[in-house]
Amino acid sequence: MLKGIVTVSLKQDVLDPQGKAVQHSLQTLGFPEAHNVRIGKSIEVWLVEKDSQKAESRLKEMCEALLVNAVIEDYSFEIVEA
Amino acid sequence: MRCAVLVFPGSNCDYDLYKAANSVDGIDAEYVWYAGESLQGFDAILVPGGFSYGDALRAGALAARTPILKALRKAADSGVRVLGICNGFQILTECGLLSGALHRNSGLRFICKTVELEVSNTATPFTSGYAGRADIPVRFPIAHGEGNYTCDAETLRKLEDNGQIVFRYSGSNPNGSVDNIAGICNSEGNVLGMMPHPERAMTEWMGTSDGRILFESLRGW
Repeated sequence: MLKGIVTVSLKQDVLDPQGKAVQHSLQTLGFPEAHNVRIGKSIEVWLVEKDSQKAESRLKEMCEALLVNAVIEDYSFEIVEA
Repeated sequence: MRCAVLVFPGSNCDYDLYKAANSVDGIDAEYVWYAGESLQGFDAILVPGGFSYGDALRAGALAARTPILKALRKAADSGVRVLGICNGFQILTECGLLSGALHRNSGLRFICKTVELEVSNTATPFTSGYAGRADIPVRFPIAHGEGNYTCDAETLRKLEDNGQIVFRYSGSNPNGSVDNIAGICNSEGNVLGMMPHPERAMTEWMGTSDGRILFESLRGW
């Protein structure tokens, strides 16, 4: 079995208020070098599929159909042995 | 006129919307469960607020991919009026009937209060009744954590040029939305999405009755 790991992030020009709040906390905790924080999400999809090329194209379809909102989000993914 | 009030798992303004619509003479509203596949015979479709599917993945994302949304899209394409309120607005952007997206409020907090709005376009089936009072702000309650409307510069320009921005926050902007947007319609004008809740502004004891005009406009168009 294969597993797709999709990393979803907010597009660079979309404000990330959550990231801003976390960055502020990091600075308060003594990490002044943390000058920007952006929060995304990771989605793991276990696939009943042996062919990694097929898995890749199906996973891309899943991202476009549901997992990612292309208006505000970017994504990347990798396929690994589950 | 016959109105459908869609009901998804996790909708929580469906009853308010049903009651509000039915309290207007000439509107006959009924519930339609999300697993249905037809919306034939309805003059308008109302998509309520709440937390469909518990906001899993993104607010409105899963509801936007249910069978009833195919029927909704077909109805919208044929000119049927569609109103999405709060989570209903999120569902309409997620399914692509309205452009842009709604994400986390800029202040991160869930906001529940009454706000003032400017009706920026009174030439829609939903807002014609506000025509005489374009300079006077209307007061509607809001209650959302993800009402921060965003879109790219090109989309914003199109919305502005076509008069698709229907409501703007006229006091302070509660959620950081671009251009103070509180509600937009599609280019044809028959699909409206808005974060404020007209169904919670139906009588004076609710604090404001400004929402009633929206339902009366919808009926009278």
